[in-house]
Amino acid sequence: MQNMLVADTVSKFYGKHKALSDVSLEIPENSIYGLLGPNGAGKTTFIRIINQITFPDEGQILFKGKPLHPKDVARIGYLPEERGLYKSMKVGEQALYLSQLKGVPKIEAKKRLKEWFDRFEIGPWWNKKIQELSKGMAQKVQFIVTVLHEPELLIFDEPFSGFDPINANLIKNEILRLKENGTSIIFSTHRMESVEELCEHIALIHKSEKILDGKLSDIKKAYRKNRFTVDLKSNQDLDTAKILEKDIAIVHNEYDAKEEIQHLTLQLPCDETREVLHLLSDLGTVYRFEEVVPTVNEIFIQTVNEREQHG
Amino acid sequence: MDKLRLIIWREYLAKVRNKSFIIMTILSPLLIVGMIILIAYLTKINDSESKIIAVLDQSAFFQDKFQPGKAISYVHFEDIDLEAAQDSVKALQYDGLLFIPNAANVDLVAQNMFFYSEDNPSTGTTAAMESIIQGVLREQRMENLGVSNTTFQKIEKEFNLKLASFDGGVNLKGVNEMKAFIGGAFGYAIMMFIIIYGGFVMRSVIEEKTSRIIEVIISSVKPFYLMLGKIIGTSLAGITQFAIWMISSGVLLFICVLLLGINPEALYVSPEMTGAEMAQLPTDLDENFIAYAQEALQIPWALLLLSFIVYFVLGYLIYSSIYAAIGAAVDNETDTQQFIFPIILPLMLGIYIGFFSVFGNPHGPIAVGFSLFPLTSPIVMLMRLPGGIGEGGVPVWQLLLSLILLIMTFLAIVWLASKIYRVGILMYGKKPTYRELYKWLKY
Repeated sequence: MQNMLVADTVSKFYGKHKALSDVSLEIPENSIYGLLGPNGAGKTTFIRIINQITFPDEGQILFKGKPLHPKDVARIGYLPEERGLYKSMKVGEQALYLSQLKGVPKIEAKKRLKEWFDRFEIGPWWNKKIQELSKGMAQKVQFIVTVLHEPELLIFDEPFSGFDPINANLIKNEILRLKENGTSIIFSTHRMESVEELCEHIALIHKSEKILDGKLSDIKKAYRKNRFTVDLKSNQDLDTAKILEKDIAIVHNEYDAKEEIQHLTLQLPCDETREVLHLLSDLGTVYRFEEVVPTVNEIFIQTVNEREQHG
Repeated sequence: MDKLRLIIWREYLAKVRNKSFIIMTILSPLLIVGMIILIAYLTKINDSESKIIAVLDQSAFFQDKFQPGKAISYVHFEDIDLEAAQDSVKALQYDGLLFIPNAANVDLVAQNMFFYSEDNPSTGTTAAMESIIQGVLREQRMENLGVSNTTFQKIEKEFNLKLASFDGGVNLKGVNEMKAFIGGAFGYAIMMFIIIYGGFVMRSVIEEKTSRIIEVIISSVKPFYLMLGKIIGTSLAGITQFAIWMISSGVLLFICVLLLGINPEALYVSPEMTGAEMAQLPTDLDENFIAYAQEALQIPWALLLLSFIVYFVLGYLIYSSIYAAIGAAVDNETDTQQFIFPIILPLMLGIYIGFFSVFGNPHGPIAVGFSLFPLTSPIVMLMRLPGGIGEGGVPVWQLLLSLILLIMTFLAIVWLASKIYRVGILMYGKKPTYRELYKWLKY
């Protein structure tokens, strides 16, 4: 798969402060890429460099294999974390203006806008001023403005903040639809759990450095610990945990007396589960047997801790 | 370039559609015309109010000299003493009593003359009386010296020093002032425009910052274009407003003059002038009017207008880009004060230097210095230019140097301002210091 965007040892300094330090990333085409890390890690600086709002002091960005060109802004859509529109400008006029700035001819922009307004059922807002709309309504307009010029690369900084659950879901579906149509998407957020299920690739940014990146499934595989949770309804009178303890390390053990179910977390020496399952099914009915997969959040914390221990 | 045009157009529309802008555009001419009418009306009232002054003349020198004029009517008291006269003036509510005692000669009389009144009399009133008394004194003294009135008329002829330039042209008194005044009007217009519309630019930048749309825009266009578009769009709106003001004020004033029959000249003639001066004025005007008109025609209007446009455009761009940078550096308008004062300072300086130094001596060292200094030259140079360029006017090298300095400053300031602007628009939440602004220049 070709890369949509490649960052090659990009660094950015503000005076003595290092905002980004030798960040190298590869963002594949037609995928959803998560740029994750706490506030102030350098995500927004990186995004601003892609949008050519600021420029790297070292390194370069390749957009579809070529160094980033000022004209490329027309092929990128950006929803900044700080959302904003002209308050006293009318919705339609404003959307037209902003998409014309992105290089869409007026007639074409008008046509596309009509489609989007119909899709979101916000046609009657056309002549309203932004200040007359609620925050959630303005966010919808902002989303439309971001995608109207049909960019090849879409960047969302904190995509779901400010949306209520219903609208967040609407936006999520729209983003997935755009991805289906071939758009590459970057999510940047500090709330890692909010995008975990959507991202195919991620990069973790911490204190201006990239500490981890790659395919999410690969990363998760690498961080597997061969831990499994088990829900077991015992058919024995004996304490199942005691029996199991002889062969398997039990990390967690809890008995639900009401349901008569034993909740266990087991630590296996490898990912070979045949024997364990055999053993378990001898003891009773296995309602659940599931690998404990670390969340991105856990992976992040673990990676940060490891790095700090190693200096 | 298409994007720049889009930005200019949006900024223009945003400005001219703004409610307070529309209200200001409509109301200002009404206010100005209203003020003028009010002043004219008040002047008229003041004119028509005439004072009544009682004259108690116990001497023989002033018979019939106090004739009722436009502003003062004199009432003559006879055969009563001073106290009685004072009482009657008070009782009759006259405006004053002029007491002329009797004495051997006119000088003694003059020494003991008094004017009694409730309030302090206006200078116009005393001047009118003094002028009459002075006349009588002169006549009497001449008689004592044996000089007849006709002889005196021959001696007493007003003298005016004739002025000429070396190349033989006619110079007129007060022409420097007149020219500087015309230039000053241009300079003043530039200053007002900069302060009003520079402020608009600044507020518009702050608005973009607080509404957080700025990041959306500069992910589409370079910040420099946004700044430039904003400055140009706002100034076009300003020019529109100025044009509307000029035309509508003119039309309104014309209508008012027609309808109310107010004589615009009444505004220029001081109501305190005595009859004699009044009589003198028109002839004076007639004599010199043509000469002054000729002089006004000699003012190089084409040069002046051209320079006005050049200095206006450059000066406005310099100042408004500073305003834009200030708007970008702060989060709200209250934080702008510390930065605005240093901007207004050179503008005010230009105006005051102009009025106090350039009017009197348009080519003196101070006038030259400030017409070269780029932050004041748009104002001061325009005050000097009505005198023409070359011999007798502004030396060509000064004009060129001033323009070169202005253009260099323009480039430097716009470059610096756009750097501050570029960094500032993305900085939120803190009030910057000058040191931080300096640091931004290096980002």
